[in-house]
Amino acid sequence: MSKKTSANTEKTPEPAHGSPHRNAAINARLTADEKIALHRKMVRIRRFEERSLRAYQGKKIGGFLHLYIGQEAVAVGCCSLMSANDHVITAYRDHGHALAVGMDPKPLMAELYGKATGCSKGKGGSMHYFDPSRNFWGGHGIVGGQIPLGVGLAYGIKYKGLKGAAMAFMGDGAVNQGAVHEAYNLASLWNLPVVFVIENNGYSMGTSQARSSAGELAQRAAGYDMEWGQCQGHDIYEVRAMMDKFLTLAREKSRPSTVEIDTYRYRGHSVADPDNTYRSKAEIEEYRRTKDPIQLFQNQLLSEGVLTEALIEQIDTEARAEAENAAEFAEASPFPTVDDIQQDVYWEADNPSERKSQGRLFFD
Amino acid sequence: MPVITYREAIRHALAEELERDANVVVLGEEVGQFHGAYKVTEGLLAKFGPQRIVDTPISEAGFIGMGIGASMLGVRPVMELMFWSFYSVAFDQILNNAANVRYMSGGQISCPIVIRGPANGGTNVGATHSHTPENILANHPGVKVVVPATAYDAKGLLKASIRDNDPVFFLENTMLYGEKGEVPTEEYVLPLGKADVKREGTDLTIVTYGRSVLHSLAAAAVLEKEHEISTEIVDLRSIRPLDLDTVLASVAKTHRVLVVEEQKPFCSVGSQLAYMIQREAFDELDAPIHKLATIDAPAIYSPPVEVEQLPNPQRVIKAALQAMA
Repeated sequence: MSKKTSANTEKTPEPAHGSPHRNAAINARLTADEKIALHRKMVRIRRFEERSLRAYQGKKIGGFLHLYIGQEAVAVGCCSLMSANDHVITAYRDHGHALAVGMDPKPLMAELYGKATGCSKGKGGSMHYFDPSRNFWGGHGIVGGQIPLGVGLAYGIKYKGLKGAAMAFMGDGAVNQGAVHEAYNLASLWNLPVVFVIENNGYSMGTSQARSSAGELAQRAAGYDMEWGQCQGHDIYEVRAMMDKFLTLAREKSRPSTVEIDTYRYRGHSVADPDNTYRSKAEIEEYRRTKDPIQLFQNQLLSEGVLTEALIEQIDTEARAEAENAAEFAEASPFPTVDDIQQDVYWEADNPSERKSQGRLFFD
Repeated sequence: MPVITYREAIRHALAEELERDANVVVLGEEVGQFHGAYKVTEGLLAKFGPQRIVDTPISEAGFIGMGIGASMLGVRPVMELMFWSFYSVAFDQILNNAANVRYMSGGQISCPIVIRGPANGGTNVGATHSHTPENILANHPGVKVVVPATAYDAKGLLKASIRDNDPVFFLENTMLYGEKGEVPTEEYVLPLGKADVKREGTDLTIVTYGRSVLHSLAAAAVLEKEHEISTEIVDLRSIRPLDLDTVLASVAKTHRVLVVEEQKPFCSVGSQLAYMIQREAFDELDAPIHKLATIDAPAIYSPPVEVEQLPNPQRVIKAALQAMA
């Protein structure tokens, strides 16, 4: 799909299992259980997001809510390749990545509700999910601002002699930020093990790629002497095949790369986005009908005999129940107190036995 | 006790901490082969090698952000900005990431990073290279801001900053690099947030920090000799954390206060100090709190006039006499 036009004229339906990459080594060695797990993860993300949208509409959630619906194969495909030494950082559309790295939906939903049981104690919100115990470093609210941090993770991996790679996710809008280009330069100059992942859903908020970006996005990496690649993001096999190649390059050769994964979001940039000014309903419907990542993978697994209609139903029921349980957990959880506002500002203040300073930190 | 320059004291602190902790790395523009734009890092590359002393491209947002990311993984980067004035280019990284990430993550992530380099005016380099960002930086909860005035303080405070688990912004006044002071050879670390009474006195408290400490000391000698005014000088040493107790103890002794700062006067550190002192020691005050700052304009280039725009001993004397009137 070309993002150079906002019309859908160039989109052609593809066969459900037309991926040339389904037999790539990384996919060919997947067991039936592993395939089912990939499917289950995508369904969990979608049902979580749908449930969070209902909570938002019910005024249980404040602020922004940037939904990932439609892009599930990207986060799940990429994060399914993570080893214990790999790290992930992303921007504000972070629910999919958080669930893909294995975070529990309960604290994630509670975070949206602004509850003390949230993954960031109700202090971060939708855009600021974190779980360093799963090598998940956020959840960052400024377009492109997380990309230098992703290079820092790669620098840390290299400096400490670890054998992993960092995946730094961004949207297509971020590629126009200066910090991203500074990060590209540092990563390539210093041979850092990072894969920059552009999730190109075609729109920087309400501005189409055609109206915001000169040239091809991934190709900009060539100017930094970096390898780059592109693939379709509605096909999880394609995502995994390409990411495997570039993660291997990072882990084994300590070289960075940039990948552009073509994808689409069904919902607006955020829930505050009326979504009727910059793209047509027909365009969204066309994508849903022909390129839904969950539907396509489900059909693929049905044809492989891995999934059955009954199992599909069961997985969906479980995912809905899980999202509902998460909402109930969030609902029942307490809000942080006013006293909690000034916790987690300084490491020093939160670890008084280690206190080195003598002055006041200005908690005034 | 050996007498060394402020520049050498900082270098010694870096060398000792590089020696002590393998996670400490020094990164910045020209810190390696060029020996540092102000020669602070001279000789470190030869001693510690290119893995530990890293020349960065001129891309402040990129390399500061990279340092923040690396610090989340347990590296302890000491980043040199060639001029603190360039913080504006990396402001998103400094504030949205270094200052906020601990809070936004509910305390799960810390950034043990130090960002240091020359700040302030006095070198006739005009408005873009003479910033005094301590008030802007200190406005953000989650960060620490350190402004040493002497070689002794610079070494001890930098060592503490490198060992600190919160992001520390360490502002070195360019005009102080050549100043000499006694620095012991034995190891010492000065806690952040402990002010130092640089001169004892009974009539007037000057609360100050950075290069203004030197101007105030020079002024105090004149005030003593020519006006029989005994001045106590409290050097804050760090803006955040702030040692208000030492300030208040001095106010209780002298009952008059002059704040001297190399800052734009509006919304400055001195403005905050004046508010805090009047709130907590109103009954101790015999006169309004006076404040001396830079003349409120971008830094002027014209060399003899820039001297007048900044605090200087003559301006401190004049302000002190007003505070005593």
